[in-house]
Amino acid sequence: MIRADNIFKSFGEQQVLKGISTVFEQGKTNLLIGRSGAGKTVMLKILVGLLEPTDGEVWYSDTNFFTLSKKERKIIRQQIGMLFQGSALFDSMTVEENVRFPLDMFTRKTKKEKQVQVDKCLERVDLTGSNKKYPGEVSGGMQKRVGIARSIVLEPKYLFCDEPNSGLDPRTSIVIDELIRNITVDNNMTTIINTHDMNSVMEIGDRINLLHLGELAWVGTKDDVLGSENETLQDFIFASPFLQRLRKGILKVSE
Amino acid sequence: MGLNILYEFGRYLKLMGSMFTRPERFSMYWKETLRQMNDIGVGSLVIVGLIAFFIGAVTSVQFAYQLQDSFIPAYYIGYIVRDSTIIELAPTISCLVLAGKVGSNMAAEIGGMRQKEQIDALEIMGVNTASYLILPKIIAAVFVIPLLVIIGAGISILGGYVASVSTGMVTGVDYEYGLHVFFEPYYVFMMLVKAVVFAFILTSVSCYKGFYVGGGSIELGRASTQAVVYSNILILLADYIIALVLT
Repeated sequence: MIRADNIFKSFGEQQVLKGISTVFEQGKTNLLIGRSGAGKTVMLKILVGLLEPTDGEVWYSDTNFFTLSKKERKIIRQQIGMLFQGSALFDSMTVEENVRFPLDMFTRKTKKEKQVQVDKCLERVDLTGSNKKYPGEVSGGMQKRVGIARSIVLEPKYLFCDEPNSGLDPRTSIVIDELIRNITVDNNMTTIINTHDMNSVMEIGDRINLLHLGELAWVGTKDDVLGSENETLQDFIFASPFLQRLRKGILKVSE
Repeated sequence: MGLNILYEFGRYLKLMGSMFTRPERFSMYWKETLRQMNDIGVGSLVIVGLIAFFIGAVTSVQFAYQLQDSFIPAYYIGYIVRDSTIIELAPTISCLVLAGKVGSNMAAEIGGMRQKEQIDALEIMGVNTASYLILPKIIAAVFVIPLLVIIGAGISILGGYVASVSTGMVTGVDYEYGLHVFFEPYYVFMMLVKAVVFAFILTSVSCYKGFYVGGGSIELGRASTQAVVYSNILILLADYIIALVLT
């Protein structure tokens, strides 16, 4: 579980986050959604420790992250996996080397043990046989899957995903979403996904946090979305006239 | 302007300071250092050799022309080529060229990693990015660039021989005699000191410029250019300081 307590963040005069408090639950896919400029990326970077909040606290279970020393933070960080928007794979390394990198850097496992772990992760993301390819030789969807494999290779407790579906077609997006969801449930991880993909919201939104102008505008589950009267949420989710008509139709039928 | 220079210098010192921590895994750092040694050393051998050859050739031809119709013995050509190569041309010209080739490459590589969030990925894993990305490059450069400079000095002297002896400006015997006469081993020490200092400057400045790059491709290009320009200016400044201190 990760808890954010009253998070504020300013860049000079500009206040990006204005006192956000929320909980990201274990074994669930927790979504951070909102329009561009709502503060999602800044919030994610604070949660993961890449940015320090101007005020507020981030708790990893019972540990207040920003009160820890650099050394103590390193220990927490080794329990974190992160999937980046652009996958952030190392270009000079093969798929296998990318996935093995955290094992090489932080574990004392034998070569054979590492290989078993890498193969297991690649199999988990359905990439068996792509070991020797370079990131530039595989598709965007496959790069995301390599990124997922690398982020889970150390069997982390926490998984962060920044726009996991950006640049992917709807079908591949669903595959990636399902993969993240299954890994979260199977490994009982706390997963936080920063997204504005509506498919993700409606399919894997176990707990959805809507940010609007730096504030937490709504919290709920995917099942609460349709029936919610929150205007900010409806404006965001059902942005187009087509989707608004669709929502009305669905509500009518369910009545 | 003055404040900006102070800010940049302070940030540079801070980055250099943050490199010196205990490696997460020594073998990974060693592997990266070897990769960098190969990239810098093998990758730059041809360009350094070519430039050194022509510098030696031009130096000998120019001095041969200057010494024409004078009472100065012809073997001075070998002597002058040797000393100018060892004291100044081999370390300085080689490192100016390497700042362009290796330095811009390092700035672009690290800057590209920053823009593609690879540095963020390393930080989240708990890797000391300054240490893992910069220290192996500096260690590799500080060991390999002096070797390149030594090789460059040898090729430069050979270039002087080929250019002046083949054109009949001086005999082979005279040139070789010039290479031996008045030899000061201290000058080799100076050359190596310069090579080490210049290697540190060109790698650390280039990595610094790449490490803090922001924005997109224009900023990356600018950082790469600045890495070369700043490295060159600082190399020439250091050259002057070393000349003052060591002579």
